[in-house]
Amino acid sequence: MSSCLRLCTAASCRSRGAMALLQSSDRPVKEVGCLGPCSEGPLAAEGAQLLSLKPAEGEPLAPSLGAALAGSRAISADDPFLKLQRRLVLARCGVVDPGCIDDALAQGAYQQLQAVLAANNPSAVIDTVRRSGLRGRGGAGYPTGLKWATVAAMPSDQKVVVCNADEGDPGAFMDRTLMEGDPHTLLEGMAIAAFAVGAAQGFIYIRAEYPLAIERLRRAIAAAEARGWLGTAIGGSRFSFGIELRVGAGAYVCGEETALIHSIEGRRGVPRPRPPYPAEHGVFGLPTLINNVETFGNIPPLLRLGVEAYGAGTKVFSLTGHVQRSGVLEVPMGTPLRTIVETMGGGAPPGRQIKAVQTGGPSGGCIPASALNTPVDYDSLKALGTIMGSGGMVVMDDTTNMVDIAAFFIAFSREESCGKCIPCRSGTVQLEMLLRKLLERRASAADLTQLEALCHTVADASLCGLGQSAPKPVLSTLRHFRGDYLELLEPGEVVR
Amino acid sequence: MSVCTLRINDHDIAVPAGTTLLQAAQQATIPIPTLCFLEGLSAVAACRLCLVEVSGADGREEPRLLAACVTAATEGMRVQTHTPRLQEIRRTVIELLFTEGNHVCAICVANGHCELQNLAVEVGMDHSRLPYRFPERHVDLSHPQYGLDHNRCILCTRCVRVCDEVEGAHVWDVGWRGEHCQIISGLHEPWGDVQACTHCGKCVDVCPTGALFHKVDTSSEKHGHPERLQRLMHARTHQQWTP
Repeated sequence: MSSCLRLCTAASCRSRGAMALLQSSDRPVKEVGCLGPCSEGPLAAEGAQLLSLKPAEGEPLAPSLGAALAGSRAISADDPFLKLQRRLVLARCGVVDPGCIDDALAQGAYQQLQAVLAANNPSAVIDTVRRSGLRGRGGAGYPTGLKWATVAAMPSDQKVVVCNADEGDPGAFMDRTLMEGDPHTLLEGMAIAAFAVGAAQGFIYIRAEYPLAIERLRRAIAAAEARGWLGTAIGGSRFSFGIELRVGAGAYVCGEETALIHSIEGRRGVPRPRPPYPAEHGVFGLPTLINNVETFGNIPPLLRLGVEAYGAGTKVFSLTGHVQRSGVLEVPMGTPLRTIVETMGGGAPPGRQIKAVQTGGPSGGCIPASALNTPVDYDSLKALGTIMGSGGMVVMDDTTNMVDIAAFFIAFSREESCGKCIPCRSGTVQLEMLLRKLLERRASAADLTQLEALCHTVADASLCGLGQSAPKPVLSTLRHFRGDYLELLEPGEVVR
Repeated sequence: MSVCTLRINDHDIAVPAGTTLLQAAQQATIPIPTLCFLEGLSAVAACRLCLVEVSGADGREEPRLLAACVTAATEGMRVQTHTPRLQEIRRTVIELLFTEGNHVCAICVANGHCELQNLAVEVGMDHSRLPYRFPERHVDLSHPQYGLDHNRCILCTRCVRVCDEVEGAHVWDVGWRGEHCQIISGLHEPWGDVQACTHCGKCVDVCPTGALFHKVDTSSEKHGHPERLQRLMHARTHQQWTP
């Protein structure tokens, strides 16, 4: 297998013509998921050698795979983008054919599930997850082991496991990468979780904007059922677990867990106050475990390595924006931001400087270039006024106006507000109006004060996480880039 | 039945477990403003006016903002109902409600009997610090007896809930999202065309503003009747149909 040419046909390389190359090939080619540096795509790999099939600037894509390979550029395995990664969740992504369960099985898929079923000790699994210190990768960072233990302790004979695959932050595509590149790792992680908490029913809530991921997950679920890794009597044990796909209809707020539950139930996707938490009262009123794609993706490697070797774990990031090399990368938890953005991403385009890095999407904030030495972990980023988020990392250079960025994110939250609670429904509109006023240089110092006050009110008073974090992009840019705001005040305004 | 003790402002009170903070405050005659909440209907915690500062619950000392209508009292809770932070939130919420619709009190059927108007007075909103948005909204007069003026609707969803939970007709729903949200009848049909409507008028009785009204009413003539709902719910619960 190692000598077989692998071609990435996931969304990013597909958009750069990978399918045309595949169809024009006269030699056997294995379709695989994301190989990493998407900006160099279409990407292919032969053994450990990564090849960029990207045509030269201004040139069209080569007419055939043969021609593209002849003109390809090798990306060295010593390239920092590849060398500094620690691929645990994405270990098989770019290696296996996501459409072929035999390939995944040959590379170790479902072995951890089999081991867990053979040991038949759910509390030992939860204990391993708890000791690993794994925290939810969807953004909030809730301890995964604690969540599992809570659901496991619920006295119900029916429970549900839900995978939140409604990845909607602008600039985030980590979960898509795993689902398109190695869906069986996700399914295995969910099945292990279901065994640990005692659930027989599973849902993957995925956004409709990911057609390829939906197609590959459907195929993977059917294949896993056919091979007895999902369904009844899994691996010859008494454990049964089925997974249904639920496709979202385009609402960002459905990534919020209570709205997601309503949407799965077929109701309007609006959040409700917690408690009761989903662990107690979730899908159809049953105790429900909800984790994000990457969290489930961490489970098989964690069990394979054990708590010691797993260590602090990893985080998958999607690096985009004003960097020389963008794509998906998985780095050890605590890697300094500078390493990711400058060493791996190659820094800003020639002649420009990095101004800020945005993490956490509309719920996160901007980190100034002066804080690039910060290690990426939950608490360090929180201290800077942003969040780890799900892993979207958008780099901005010195041509960027931060008020523009704040206005973009507030416009996003305004558009995506469900409208249930007034601070978010109407507050985001007023916030955007104030930011537009600033951008049109019509704002006074009093408007700036009002902007800040309204940000705090919306954050304090909104019902769900979407509204509570909607003002964060404004507050974090006000904190780190106040100068950008002051420059836009009406001429003659007293600058405080 | 177990009892828990808590402190609201300076009052120590004991309430049965499961009592909400709103009920506990009412028991101690401490007023907490509400708008979407209505006794007899499910609580949705959407208007955020009843937010209170809670500390000492679940071992957390830092005060958290929780909606009193859906938060159960627990042993040792300390609740503040009127801090400057809460008063700022309440005033802003009322300003946001006024600026997102077209509320012209002088010509409104509910003038003088409007819960939104009363709340504006209560929270001290003498003017709005935020600009009015003057959205383009419509009026549905297709029903023979009643009208719906979207200009005055604050999306509290009392009508949605009373029709679904009490009348069982489910005529109303919320359509679209965010700033485009609006109350819809049927599958977004004119109200008069919705055959599920029983013409009971409960939605008009519970509407806190002049959005839902009797067509015979003119300026300042509409009186809401939430107490009718409460009498009905009491009768149903206790099977006592004679007052």
